[in-house]
Amino acid sequence: MMANMNSAINSALNIVMRDDEKAIILGEDVGKDGGVFRVTEGLLAKYGEQRVIDTPLSEAGIVGTSIGMALSGLHPVAEIQFAGFMYLAFDQLVSHAARYRSRTRSTWKVPMVVRTPVSGGVRTLEHHAESPEAYYAHSGGLIILEPSNPYDAKGLLIKAMHMEDPVLFLEPTRLYRLFRQEIPEGSYEVPIGKANIIREGTDLTIVTYGTMVPIVNNVVSKKGINAEIIDLRTINPLDEKTILQSVEKTGRVMIVHEAELSFGVGAEIAARISEKALFKLNAPIMRVASPSLPYPFPSYEQFYLPNERKVSEAIDKIMSS
Amino acid sequence: MYLTKKLQLKIIEDIMIKKVYEDSVNYFQVMDENGVIDKSQMSNYIDDSKITEMYKWMSLTRAADSKVISLQRQGRAVTYGPSVGEEATQVGSAMAMAPKDILVPNFRQHGSYFVRGLPLYNFFLYWKGYEEGMDGTKAINATPYTVPVATQLLHAVGLAFGQKYLKTDANVLTYVGDGGTSEGNFYEALNFAGELKLPIVFIIENNQWAISTPVSKQTAASTLAQKAIAAGFKGVQVDGNDPLAVFKATHDALENADEGPMLIESITYRLSFHTTSDDPTKYRTEAEVDEWLKKDPLKRVRTYLEKKGLWNESRQEVMDAENAKRINEAVEKSEQFKPNPKTIFENIYSFMPDTLKDEEDAAINSGFWQQGSY
Repeated sequence: MMANMNSAINSALNIVMRDDEKAIILGEDVGKDGGVFRVTEGLLAKYGEQRVIDTPLSEAGIVGTSIGMALSGLHPVAEIQFAGFMYLAFDQLVSHAARYRSRTRSTWKVPMVVRTPVSGGVRTLEHHAESPEAYYAHSGGLIILEPSNPYDAKGLLIKAMHMEDPVLFLEPTRLYRLFRQEIPEGSYEVPIGKANIIREGTDLTIVTYGTMVPIVNNVVSKKGINAEIIDLRTINPLDEKTILQSVEKTGRVMIVHEAELSFGVGAEIAARISEKALFKLNAPIMRVASPSLPYPFPSYEQFYLPNERKVSEAIDKIMSS
Repeated sequence: MYLTKKLQLKIIEDIMIKKVYEDSVNYFQVMDENGVIDKSQMSNYIDDSKITEMYKWMSLTRAADSKVISLQRQGRAVTYGPSVGEEATQVGSAMAMAPKDILVPNFRQHGSYFVRGLPLYNFFLYWKGYEEGMDGTKAINATPYTVPVATQLLHAVGLAFGQKYLKTDANVLTYVGDGGTSEGNFYEALNFAGELKLPIVFIIENNQWAISTPVSKQTAASTLAQKAIAAGFKGVQVDGNDPLAVFKATHDALENADEGPMLIESITYRLSFHTTSDDPTKYRTEAEVDEWLKKDPLKRVRTYLEKKGLWNESRQEVMDAENAKRINEAVEKSEQFKPNPKTIFENIYSFMPDTLKDEEDAAINSGFWQQGSY
């Protein structure tokens, strides 16, 4: 089937709901409205109000209740309307979802997926364009996924729903309808914790994910350089092996993400490369990210977000050093 | 023109033509502080053998409590929040549960755990600082102690949803303190449960104090029970030092849980400190504590049983000795527990991520966890 990321996620949800009666969708406006991005469209009609639940407007309520549902043996897939509102559920995620298993030595488990749209570039209101992955990646016990294309989105979500862990599934709004791609109609899994080398190369490694993947890919195509592009897909746990193998081959590495520069995912990756592959490097590690300040209002985002030009200039710089 | 608040209210009253909502909160007690039962409030499912059982569970709870405190003072247990004074609320409510019902406590419902069957060994192991103590919770249909205040209420709501959806016919009983009613999660939980009409009973264990903050500083509302009304269901107040009243309220609420949630404000008193790390003499008077000592749940039940000829000093001595023996055995066993440092790495995910495995291997090769090495 031809699918954009939006319809690919809808297809994944349809499959997990069809195959597992313990799967429950809950969130704000996920029923009749099909979610504000229409990701859950058509599912209420198919699976009914018992399984596709329009909840009260209460983010901690949605996540906390999902944890309880998971404890009772169900497999909830909750939607938080925008990642910028998920901070209200932060406590439930890091104090409980991440810890319940260890707190009870695996007696109680929290099989649950929380989906939420992330990142900007679509001229939204304040708080609708956040890239908060590092906050959550800092809490062991949570799995953080962020697909960059329809195929990965569907396969990762199905895989997440087949696991017994709490998973945060970040959906870049800019990519929901950016492009379509041929994906399998039926069920398939994309592995967790495994990055995808979307382009092989020998001269430079670019580690990226989410909204930055198509940007990096475009720049590398246009420049005609021999760069290897790694799409993380899973942010935590990090596929360190794939990154290190590539860096050892290319000797140059750049990390590109939309989230703020300081203390971001790029810092973690750079630290690991420094610890384990420093002497394979021919140039200092470079990071391209948004500046370390709150996401600005939409008319300023052109000055804020990493774009093709910023990535291109960074590539020139690292290749000449 | 500015009107005084009083005048504004008067005008609103005068022009009010339609009352859109009215409700009330009732309070009840079955056994008073002198151990006298109000027969009109008594239920046929409470008899003397049940009352004796209540007394025994409350006594065990108090004995276990004082044991952990003494262990903590010797550096053999972690910071601990005792339940002394609140045994009737915990034991009375937990005894009203069916085995299939699910208990969702905060960090103080030790008595509820005991009634549900949590082994004393698990209890002491946990309070020695080992998560392994909580591996016995699922087997007794209870969730682990939860420390962040009021967060557990939402888990209880989700569990109640699960019971309804899976048609298990089980209900959920959960607890929160008076301080917890000021948290957002409290209102979110009540609202969710009311809207989804879930089989859940919320108990506010109102022990009057949230560390040093009295309940009068938590809210301007005259009762905590009335907070249920805004969520669309009933709230009731009970004498929380009267295990019969707590039992009855919980029993009836659970009995009708298929019709939706219920909130019980159980009015009790924290006779001891918040945890082993604070000193209540700093913030409350001894006279206040003395007043509540007169209402001690154990004292009133013992008085009742003695008057009925069902209890006496020699029975008390036998029970105390039995409790002490069980407790000491459990403590001894918990002190023989050999922690395996690998367990903190291996119970995080359903699989072992390579990066975490590296950290585990590094930790093991360095031997950093060897006792006394830090």
